[in-house]
Formats: sequence, structure tokens, C-alpha cells
Amino acid sequence: MQYEQKRETAIPFWRDERILRVLGQVVFVALVVFVATLIYQNMKAGLARQGISLSYAFLKNLSGFDIAETAFPYSRNSAYWQAFLIGLLNTLLVSVVGIIFSTILGVILGVARLSTNFIINRLASFYLEIIRNLSLLVFLIFWYLGVFLKLPRVKEATPWLGDIILTNRGVGIPWGIPTASFPTFRLILFLGLLFALVVFFALREYGKRTGRAPLTLVWSFLAFLLVALIGWFVLPERPIVADLAFVKGLNLSGGKILSPEFMALTSGLVLYTAAFIGEVVRAGIQSVSKGQIEASRALGLNSFQTLRLVVFPQALRVIIPPLTSQYLNLVKNSSLAIAVGYPDVFYVSNTIQNQTGRAVEMISLVMFTYLVLSLATSALMNWYNQRIKLAER
Amino acid sequence: MTKTTEHILPPVLERSNLLGWMRRNLFGSWIDALLTLIGVWIVYWAASGLLRWALYTAEWKVIVVNARLLMIGQYPIEQVGRLWIWLGFLIFLLGNSLAIWGRGSRIAPALLALPVAMAFIFPFGADPRKWLIAMTAIGLIGWGLGRVKPEALKRSVIAGWVISLPIIILLTYGLSKSEASIVPIVRTNLWGGLLLTFLLTVVGILFSFPIGVLLALGRRSELPAVRWFSVGYIELVRGVPLITILFMAQLMLPLFLPEGWTVDRVVRAMVGITLFSAAYLAENVRGGLQAIPKGQFEAAAALGLSGAQTMIFIILPQALRLVIPILVGQFIALYKDTSLVAIVGLLDLVGIARTVLAQPEFLGLQREVYVFISLIFWALSYGMSYVSQRLEERLGVGIR
Amino acid sequence: MRKLYMSLSVFVLLALALAACGGAAPAGGNTVTVKETVVVTVEVPAASAVVAPSGYGETLKAVQARGHLVCGANAQVPGFGYVDSNGNYAGIDVDYCRALAAAVFGDATKVEFRPVTAAERFTALQSGEIDVLSRNTTWSLVRDTELGGNFTATTFYDGQGMMVPVASGMTTLKDLEGGTVCVQTGTTTELNLADVMAAEGVSYTPAVFEDADATFAAYSEGRCDAVTTDKSGLISRRSVLADPAAHIIMDVTMSKEPLGPMVRHGDDQWFDIAQWTVFTLFAGEEFGLTSANVDSKRDSATAPEIRRMLGLEGDLGLKLGLSNDFAYNIIKQVGNYAEIYDRNLGPNTPTYIPRGFNKQYTDGGLLFAPPFR
Repeated sequence: MQYEQKRETAIPFWRDERILRVLGQVVFVALVVFVATLIYQNMKAGLARQGISLSYAFLKNLSGFDIAETAFPYSRNSAYWQAFLIGLLNTLLVSVVGIIFSTILGVILGVARLSTNFIINRLASFYLEIIRNLSLLVFLIFWYLGVFLKLPRVKEATPWLGDIILTNRGVGIPWGIPTASFPTFRLILFLGLLFALVVFFALREYGKRTGRAPLTLVWSFLAFLLVALIGWFVLPERPIVADLAFVKGLNLSGGKILSPEFMALTSGLVLYTAAFIGEVVRAGIQSVSKGQIEASRALGLNSFQTLRLVVFPQALRVIIPPLTSQYLNLVKNSSLAIAVGYPDVFYVSNTIQNQTGRAVEMISLVMFTYLVLSLATSALMNWYNQRIKLAER
Repeated sequence: MTKTTEHILPPVLERSNLLGWMRRNLFGSWIDALLTLIGVWIVYWAASGLLRWALYTAEWKVIVVNARLLMIGQYPIEQVGRLWIWLGFLIFLLGNSLAIWGRGSRIAPALLALPVAMAFIFPFGADPRKWLIAMTAIGLIGWGLGRVKPEALKRSVIAGWVISLPIIILLTYGLSKSEASIVPIVRTNLWGGLLLTFLLTVVGILFSFPIGVLLALGRRSELPAVRWFSVGYIELVRGVPLITILFMAQLMLPLFLPEGWTVDRVVRAMVGITLFSAAYLAENVRGGLQAIPKGQFEAAAALGLSGAQTMIFIILPQALRLVIPILVGQFIALYKDTSLVAIVGLLDLVGIARTVLAQPEFLGLQREVYVFISLIFWALSYGMSYVSQRLEERLGVGIR
Repeated sequence: MRKLYMSLSVFVLLALALAACGGAAPAGGNTVTVKETVVVTVEVPAASAVVAPSGYGETLKAVQARGHLVCGANAQVPGFGYVDSNGNYAGIDVDYCRALAAAVFGDATKVEFRPVTAAERFTALQSGEIDVLSRNTTWSLVRDTELGGNFTATTFYDGQGMMVPVASGMTTLKDLEGGTVCVQTGTTTELNLADVMAAEGVSYTPAVFEDADATFAAYSEGRCDAVTTDKSGLISRRSVLADPAAHIIMDVTMSKEPLGPMVRHGDDQWFDIAQWTVFTLFAGEEFGLTSANVDSKRDSATAPEIRRMLGLEGDLGLKLGLSNDFAYNIIKQVGNYAEIYDRNLGPNTPTYIPRGFNKQYTDGGLLFAPPFR
């Protein structure tokens, strides 16, 4: 049939699928380009009506406002781009701290959900059900206004859990002050790191050669610790002295003071994200089939070894992809800092946009920033995922 | 919670014994015992503190006085009947559907009795009370009808769900400009509270779903231009926070349109939410598409179906069915995310809460107001996931 | 189960139809634009056509064609613009819009309030989404020029102040050295604070919040040593703190804050209408015209200026492009300035603010209406 057709006449070009495909795409691209140009033209015309032209040059102007939490010296005489940078650094800080703590809490929750202890198990599920069904924005607002601002006032503050001071002016934690011998100590730490690396690679080689599975990371860490401890005690003067937070007048002083906004945002994000990570972890652990555990026990591995060598690596493969998206969510959700008054990149940009009226520039800049942050996070996690992936043979 | 099928029945003696149960589940080892004690202490501490606050300290008057504002915003009171009508319609359909697809489920009557329970527990006025009771009645009628004639009603119920959005929008927005008509226009700036949250959610779900499906198909398309566009769009949107998209929709969308055009603020938020959610849905749907074995395509091709036919009749129904639980999760996330529109100045549940807190007589009652709206968010979101889980179990959705 | 597929397929078909509407192949591409157009045509049937463009006389025409005024308002400032528990807007800024509606339509209820945030208020005005912005906005040069608006007149003279707890013993800004100050973002307040503190050489930490409620909640919980905003805001917020007497407003004025309604560049007629609405409110108080007595006063008025203003003589209203009794409508339906003030900020309200500068010039205040002639 087909044969005959081909012989009689070639398929007309308007029915040739290959040509149609190309044509369809050309039309599609033309449409997209057309709409994009239309939008761009409208925007330009609109901005021109208001006497504004698109330009990022204003970022060099003086900002004129102050910011509370700054990673580097900043005043009202600094430029807008410096304000933006401060916001960015604050976002990074919240993201990194949030990711670390939400992972820890999430793993605890995930394990608690699998616990045989009735109370612990119920508590964990209860917590998950509560948190997962709340709106993060409402939770953060409540967490800040209803909890962190209701902490004791500075005057009534008493140290808690050792030397932590909880007040609604901030949370004071002990911190270290470097002394004169700190540079030497830093050098020693560096040496310790080198030593740990040597141990790490030596053990890995050993593992490969003998087929055993030594606790590579633990031993390397111990090696590092050993060097650090020797340095600590050998040096004539302690390299770091503890600096406790204390109440001075109306404010906290000494140590490290974490603002209530930072604490509310970070802990709120941690509590929220951990609930989701808990589910991820639970699913990951449950995905390892019982047969695997039984088989490893049959091979003579003890329960710790089973966990470390059999359950954990397999669970990790299931956990990493959804964990990545939770991390990404945390980074993106940190933009809700605006609700609790923490100067993250979105909030600072919002202020800049407010003061300059440069909506298009600031929104595009912020979106670009988050895009880069997200891509960086997922690239990092993908790289890790590749490493632990099952080597298929 | 998860039922382990290989559970071996324990000896009867131990099972019926409370002490034995406690020993096994609470005091298995000394660590267990310690954890139990800590757990009990946490429960006691949290519960007692919460109860004391809720019963003695909290001033719930702010909620009682502003209940209408929190529920429907500034929607004119003489037009409220319209909202009840579509709510009744939805509840009727819900009752119907529960009877038809949730055969023998016990949650249906309980769920439908909820409005009546609310009418008696909370201090509503006379009018809302009557309406709430009517809601339950309508729901039960729908349920009863569904039970009597499940097969005959299926088609019309589906049709009902399909037309429900237009009905909701038409009734809420109105038809005619003149004040005299039965359904005069109620402008969107008067929509607020839970009503606005609900509408944002529903519109967001219904519009982002088809767009998401199209994007998912686009991402798997053989046409490079389409594919790259879809990939670019999905990754771009998924890489930025919703709040930036909402800001863009509020501040930049007016600039994108020709001079003299504006889009309503509420619609702008809907556009933002829809475009955002579509990218996530696209990824979920793609997951389902990827799980369809190649044989299905080949079989469809062998039957002589065209590409579009294969997609619509063979692949999509299977793929979507696979990912329904994930989609529901995404919809719930969308519902919770609608609260961000408060930051761009809309008076949704959170936005109206903020204005309530600006009323001179209720300044400083943040805890009461935010706890209340948290409860609403929690209850609806939990309810949605509960019902969907039950339905999924019953339908065997997500299991191939 | 099959029905479930069916319903899902229906959705998909719906999607395809949607795409087809946009005139595109069902390829999943240009849905972005498709959606916008659909929504525009479906849900904002007429509104899209009656946005007020700029140009002489255009705004009034557009507003009249639309049948109501669109006023950009605040929903979060007690006494100035907020939503009461009946769902109605209230406040002095809100009442101004009602007066403007009364002037244009002779009906104070023909106004639609759009709550706009501090961030988007100027964009909303520029894009024609609102006809007038009456949202405690400070008159400043940049806003009069670059942000594309014109301030009509000052309806409330204010100045930025600083509130501290009495117990702190602080009396000057210098005492705030090392302290924390709560402030709201997106406002001139934030910039003034930085300016003044820099000028005084005081180092401080700002705690910046996005909405007024959080700002004062933080202050009342002791998060900050001080809170700064317009003095009116401080007074009204202080009156509802747990113990108002425990807080004191420092005797410093950090800036001048003339607040008033703002209209778009480019339509002088609309500017005149908005401006003379304010002056009518002022003059109403000056001439002793209230909503209660304006009917009888109109019947008995002999003073030429009052007769001109109320439209009994001359054609002042027509010159503005309005009906001749626009001033009568304003006074009758909304009241004069004093009535509006007392209703929202008077001694019998929780947000009582002494009138201060906001008195008639005859009483030593700054309210001064130009002659109606």
C-alpha cells in the first residue's frame, strides 16, 4: 500500500511529517518570540511613560537606610549593591544553618517515627501531622510574634542550660575570643587537617586492598582531633578563651548574640522542613527490604555493621533526591524572612525597590539570585547523588 | 499506622494485658523508659500550657466579632446567600460523590454532619446557623441519592464537578452591573478571608493542572523548540520562590500589558499562583509519564492511534492515575502557599488577619488571631489529605 | 475508576481547548500568554476598558464612565485606614475618598477601596489601577516628580517621632546610643531614622518590619528600646498599649510628614477636583457647615462665599467639570474636616490624637482653604 503511494506521487509537503515538524517549531518559536517582544515593548513603553529607563546603575547610589544584621561594615552611606550583598549573605547563612539543623532534626524525627516506643512514635507522628498541614507563612509569623517576642525581657533573663541566655532581645550563646597564640593554633589545625586527610586516604586504600570496611571518616576525624588537642595543651596560652554572653544594661553583650528575627526564621524553617525530611528519611529506611537485613545478619555482621554497611547506603540512595528538593524548598522559603523582619536578600531588595521605585530591576535581580542559589544547591546534591549511586555493572 | 501484613499474632495473654503492652511498648529498656518519661513530660507540658492559655488567657472576642470578616472578607452581607448556594452545590456533589465512590465509608455522614455540629458549637448568628443546617441537609440528600442510584448519577456528578468552577466564579463575581439584578457584580476587592483563599486555591488547581500537563508533555516532546521551552520554563519557575513570582505578577504584569489595560489584582495573584504551581505539577506528571512502559506506546501505535490519540486515550490516563497522590500533595501545598498573597497586599485569610489586628479595639491580639487561622489552615489541609488518602485506598489509586 | 479517567481526560481536553483558543498547536508552549488573555477577557469584562489614562480631563471621564471611584487605601493603620469588624473601611484617608466620590457622583458610596501595600502604591497609581492614592503618603519631592504623582494638599500634618518606655529614662535621641529601634520598612520613616541618627552621631540597631502591627508588637514586647513612626501613629498606637502611661513620646521631631492624597501626573482637571475636595472639607469647618446643618444653612446662607461654594451662586462646580452642588454633597454626605477628624481621631475614639497643627488657621493651625471664587 505504502509502496504504491510512494511510487505514484511523493507526499505533498503539507502532509510531510518532517516538514510539518520543522514548520510547527518555527511557528512556535516565532510565537514565543513575538509574545516576548510584545511584553518587552510594552514594558519599555510603560517605563518610558513614567520617565524611567531600565538600568542597574542605581545600585551604585547611596542606600540611605540602615540594616540590623550585617556581615561586613555597612552604614547608610553604603551603596545599594552592598545592601543587596548583605541580604544575600544573610540568606546564605540562614540556608546553611537551616539545612544542617533540619537534617539533624529530620533524621531524629524519621527514626522516632519508626520507633517501637509508643509515646515517642505517637509524638513524632503528631508533630509531623501538625506541622505539615500548616501554612509556613502563618507558622513563621506566629513563631516570631507568639514565641520569640514572648521570651523573657532582658531584665528578667536568667542563664539557661549552662550559659545560654534567652531573651526577646536575642539569644546569647557562649563564643570564643582568639588570643595571641591563635595564629599558631590555626597552623596546627591545618596540620591536623593534612594528617586527617592522610589517614583518610590510607584507610581507604587499606579498605580497597583488604575488602574490609574501616570507619574511615571516624578515624580521620579522631586523627584531626588528636592533633588539635595536642596543639591546645602544648601551646603556652589557650588559643581561644570562652566569652560568655551577659546582660549589660538594656542589651545583651559578650558571647554571640543571635537576633530574635534570625532565631525565629531559622528555627521556624528548621522545624517546618524537618517534618518533611522526617518523612523522607522514614520512607528511605523503610525502602530497604527486610531480606537485606536478614541476609547481612546471616553473613555475620552485627547490628551496627548492618546499619552502617547495608541499610544506610541503600536508604541514602532513596533519600537523596527528595532530600535535595527539601533543601531547595528551605532555601526558597527563607524568602519569607520578610514576615519576621530578618534582612535577607528578598527583604533588602524589597526595601531597595521601595526606595528607588526600580521594580523591574530588583525583581529580576532577586529572581536571578535565587535561580543561581537553587541551581548551585541542586548541582551539589546531584554530584553527591552521582557518587553514592549504585554502580551498575 | 502502616499495617504490616506479616504481623504474627502475639499470644493472647500478652495482648490483652495492659501491663504487658506497656512493658513492650513503653519500658522495653532503660533508654526506652527514659524516652517515655520525657515524652510524657512534653505532652503534659504542652497540653497544660495550651489549655490554660486557650481557656483562661486568650481573648476570643476578636474572633467572634470578626468571624464574618475572616470567612468572607468584605463581601456584602446582602449577597452572602450566593456564596451559600454554591457551597451547597459543592456539598451536594460531595455527598453524591462520597456515596458513589466511597462505598460504605463511614466518614461521609460524619463529614456532612460537620456544618450542623459547627452551628451548635460556635456562637454563630441566626442566619449562618440556618444556612449551616441547610448545608448538612443538602449534603445528606446528595448522599442518600448517591446511595440509592449510584450508577445512574455518575455521569451527572462528574458533569457537576466540571461546571462547578464556572458556577462558583459566576455566583461570586456576579453577572450584571445593575444593582437591581439578582446577582449584581461583587468586585474582587471585596473578596477576602477564607473565601479568597479558597478561590485562589480552586482556580490555581484547575488552571495549573492543564498547563502542567501540557508542560510535562512539552518536556518530553520530540520537537526541540518545544522541549527547550518547557524545560526552561519549568526549571526557571522551580528555581525561584513563589513570593518573587507574586511580586512580579503584582508589580510587573501591569507593565507588560499595553497602555490602558489592567488586570484585576486578584486575577494577577491567580495568574502568579497558577504559573508557579504549573511548573511543579509538570514535574509530577512527568514522573507519571516516565513510569509508563514503552510497550503501551507501541501497542497504541500498533492499533493505529495517532500520537495525540495515544497521549489522550492511552498514556495520560494511566500516567495521571499513577501520580494522583503526589498531585493531591501538590494541591495541598498550593492551598497553603496561597497565604503568601497577603505579602503583596491581598486580604486573604492572612491578609484579613492583619487588618483585624489593626482594629483599634483589638490591637495586640496576635496569638489569638494567628492561632485561629492556623487552625483553619490545618483543619482544611488535614481534611483534604485525609479524604484523599481514604479515596485513594478505596480506588486503589497509585498502585499498579 | 473509569469515571475517574473520564473526568481527568475531560480536564486534559479542557487544557487542549484552552491552548486552541490561543491559536497555538497543543504543544505546551505558549500557555503562559494564553492564560492571561483568557483571564482578562473572562473575568474583567468591562474593567479593562475603563482604566483611566492620563491626559487632561481623561480621568474624570473614565471615572464617570465606570460609575465609581477607585481609591488606593490602607487597611492596616488605625484611625487612618483600616477595615472595621463590619467589613467597612474606616479612617480619615478613607473618608477623603468618600468625599471625592460625593464630589464626582453626588454619592459618597460610589467608591471602591483597593488596599495597596507601601511597595506597590505608586505603581498602582501610575498604571491607572487606582484613580487616587489616599494612604497616609508623605509629600516629598521625589514622589512629586520621579514617582509620577502630584500631591494635592495636606490633609494631615505630621512629623516623625520616637516613643520610649518612661522607665528607660531616655529623653533625647543621644540616649539611644547602642539601642535598638523598631521601624517599618518601605516608608520615608526608615530613611529619616538613618539620616537623623547619622547626623546626631548615634549608633543604633534597626529592627525593621514589613507591617505596622509587627512593628508595634515587637516594641510592646520589649524587643526594641524605642519605636519610631509618624507622631500620629505613635499616639494612636500608644493609646492601645497595655499601659499607655508607661510610654512617652520624645520631644523631638525627626522630620516633617505632610500626608495627603496623590493623583497621577498629566491630568490637571482631576488634580483640581482632588485638591478642591480637600479645600471644601477645610472651608466647611471654617464656615461652620456640618452634615447636620448644611441643609438649613444652605437655605439661609447670605455670605457670598458660602453661597458660591454650595453652588447657589456662580458656577464653581461646573468649572471643575462637576455638578454645581459638589461641595454641598461633600459636606452633606461626609461632613467637614472637623467631623471626619473627630470621627476617626477625636477624643471619643481609641485612637485619639490632639489636633495640633491640624487646626484651622484661625485657631493657630495650618489648615487654610483658598477662597472659593
